[in-house]
Amino acid sequence: MDTNKKLLKSQSLKDLLGKLTQSGKTVYAPKRKGDQVDFQPITSSEELAQNYVQTVQSPKSAVFPRVEELFRFRNNSDGVKLTERDVKTLPDMVLFGVRPCDAAGLQPLRAIFTWDYQDALFKSRMEKVTVISLACQSADEYCFCTSVGLSPGDPTGSDILLTKLSSGDFLAEIVTDQGKSLADSMTELFLPAPADAKPATLADVPIKFNHEELSKKLASLFDRTEVWVGQSLRCLGCGACAFVCPACACFDIQDEGTTHDGVRLRCWDSCGCSLFTLHTSGHNPREVQSQRWRQRVMHKFSYMPERLNVFGCVGCGRCSRACPVDMNLKEHLTAVMEVKA
Amino acid sequence: MSSFEPKIVAFVCNWCTYAGADLTGTSRIKYAPNVKVIRFPCTGRIDFMLLLKAFARGADGIIVSGCHPNDCHYTSGNFHARRRWMVFRRLLDFLGIDVRRVHFFWISAAEGAKWAEMVNETVETVRKLGPFERYQKLTTAGVA
Amino acid sequence: MDDLRKKAKELLESKQAGVVIGYGNGTGDRVRAIFAQSPADADKLVFDDRCLQNLTVYLSKSEVRKIGKPAVVVTLPGLRTILQLASEKQVAENDIIVLGISPEGALLDLPGFKAITDYVASANLDYTDAEMRNLDEVLKLSLDERFQFWNDELSRCIKCYACRQACSLCYCSRCTVECNQPQWIAVPSHDLGDFEWHVMRAMHLAGRCVNCGDCARACPVDIPINLINHLLAQVTFDSFGLRSGTSPEADYALSTFRPDDKEDFIR
Repeated sequence: MDTNKKLLKSQSLKDLLGKLTQSGKTVYAPKRKGDQVDFQPITSSEELAQNYVQTVQSPKSAVFPRVEELFRFRNNSDGVKLTERDVKTLPDMVLFGVRPCDAAGLQPLRAIFTWDYQDALFKSRMEKVTVISLACQSADEYCFCTSVGLSPGDPTGSDILLTKLSSGDFLAEIVTDQGKSLADSMTELFLPAPADAKPATLADVPIKFNHEELSKKLASLFDRTEVWVGQSLRCLGCGACAFVCPACACFDIQDEGTTHDGVRLRCWDSCGCSLFTLHTSGHNPREVQSQRWRQRVMHKFSYMPERLNVFGCVGCGRCSRACPVDMNLKEHLTAVMEVKA
Repeated sequence: MSSFEPKIVAFVCNWCTYAGADLTGTSRIKYAPNVKVIRFPCTGRIDFMLLLKAFARGADGIIVSGCHPNDCHYTSGNFHARRRWMVFRRLLDFLGIDVRRVHFFWISAAEGAKWAEMVNETVETVRKLGPFERYQKLTTAGVA
Repeated sequence: MDDLRKKAKELLESKQAGVVIGYGNGTGDRVRAIFAQSPADADKLVFDDRCLQNLTVYLSKSEVRKIGKPAVVVTLPGLRTILQLASEKQVAENDIIVLGISPEGALLDLPGFKAITDYVASANLDYTDAEMRNLDEVLKLSLDERFQFWNDELSRCIKCYACRQACSLCYCSRCTVECNQPQWIAVPSHDLGDFEWHVMRAMHLAGRCVNCGDCARACPVDIPINLINHLLAQVTFDSFGLRSGTSPEADYALSTFRPDDKEDFIR
């Protein structure tokens, strides 16, 4: 990937955020609330969270909101009138300070939403998002980006990747044309990088397994019920893992309103929920949790790579941190690699 | 000067309060026109969600009314309802919903005058509280 | 801990139990639910003050019950849950073995429902000072402040239903929010959907909540959702003198009544 290296001085962060906000963009960045750090709209660099490994939720709601209006309907005397979303009114967003895993997480979402059906709302939102990510200097026991082909400094999915230097300033790698036009519009902030700029040490995330080998292994494990039962006995079947995951894209459609008018909404759903695959006939192909757990793993690490050429996981570890019963995905996947044939 | 006209939804039981409200009408007693009456077989049938849906659809106040204790047409429906409302009211209050917007009555089929009086009182109480804007805001917030 | 492991081994070796549901070490310094099926597995059992999850939630899980007769490690909230589940005909005395643990960490001998009932009767079920402080902090707010507080908290809800799934009393195979003819409670996690869901869940748990706190611990976005259930548990006790999980035959507050129930708001 062609990158263009610039220097962003630490004191320029304030001005950068100021300019982004003033230009009418919504800046979505990690902000502290109580014990947690999560993405919030911010207007000043003082609101940026410090000293944390990862946010609770992913920034995917910028392109795949938790609840999204698809269209409105009105029952007029001469028929039903549908009003589509005016994509021009969608907000311009900057995702600021996301981790490289989160930036990469937009790829599986894009693969799903532009696969056989081109999701217009998703595409419009993606076009309006600029990703300025921040390379990781620390990781915790839940992170495993390196096992899924990524790393704490990977520029995939970013428009600009910031890496903190030992001086406290930031090396800004301009990754895409969108990043370039942003940097070019603020040349007083994005200075030429000195040749000897030394990045501060990036986080150490030991590789636990090879994702290509995992994919191959999984293909042979579908019928090994005891593996899936053993791993999922403690799983409660909530949607926490799916909802905090940057790559999960399952959704439900809900119509709300009256016989006169209403709205069609799209909202998040989770394949971990017991009734997710309940058919109108009453049959449920994934009646028990082990089947749903197997689906989650196979979907992300076997079916998606096979059909969409992208993994459905970026190793951010959020699922495992958020899980009320400590379903540690890195641990489960490592265990899968150790299953005897 | 136009005054705010509250929208009141009344959930009433068929055998007592609905008949009582009928009596109010046949007795030609005038009372505030702000109330929309919804008839139930019994107050015991009233689900909490019905009240929340009424608020979501624009009600500023709610009346719930049924047979006096011991007079329930189904013997004990109103006793069950009473227990539920004792708890539900405290929940609403805890969550910051003004319970002065929800009024509970026992009005029998013979109490036509009481129905008029209670409706008028409810309308005035809710008029003073104003439109239930904070609940209306809930119905539109949180959608991207 | 040794007594617990010994007892677990005994139960598994003699095949009195097919699985021992207890706590084991997890990621970092977390504990997690483990399902010991052999005496060797029993060595992984731990018990300390990290062990808070109400493990009775697994008694409603088909894949756990399929393993065999469960023995479940429980503290006071779990014991109350067992009695409450029994009163709701969800668990029979011979269905399960109870490995009760006292507040001091000692293994209790609770051979049946009568023993559990007596134990719970001797325990203090009042809220602790810390719990009361948390409740009071909300109760002392004005009406408007309470609305703001709960709107701020509940609007963050992402409708993941971790609170419901973690709760041992939320065992309906088809939850009220999943009934869609009609869709009674709004599904999306917009402000109204969040409000409607939590109101209805609270009402369905009024008089049934055993104060285990799992709902709040499970919530990925740290909403103090247990406060609502605690309030209603307090209200049902104050109004009707009924507490959940005190007997395998107790009356459920909201499906029973007394002709002389006292209220001050019905005219």
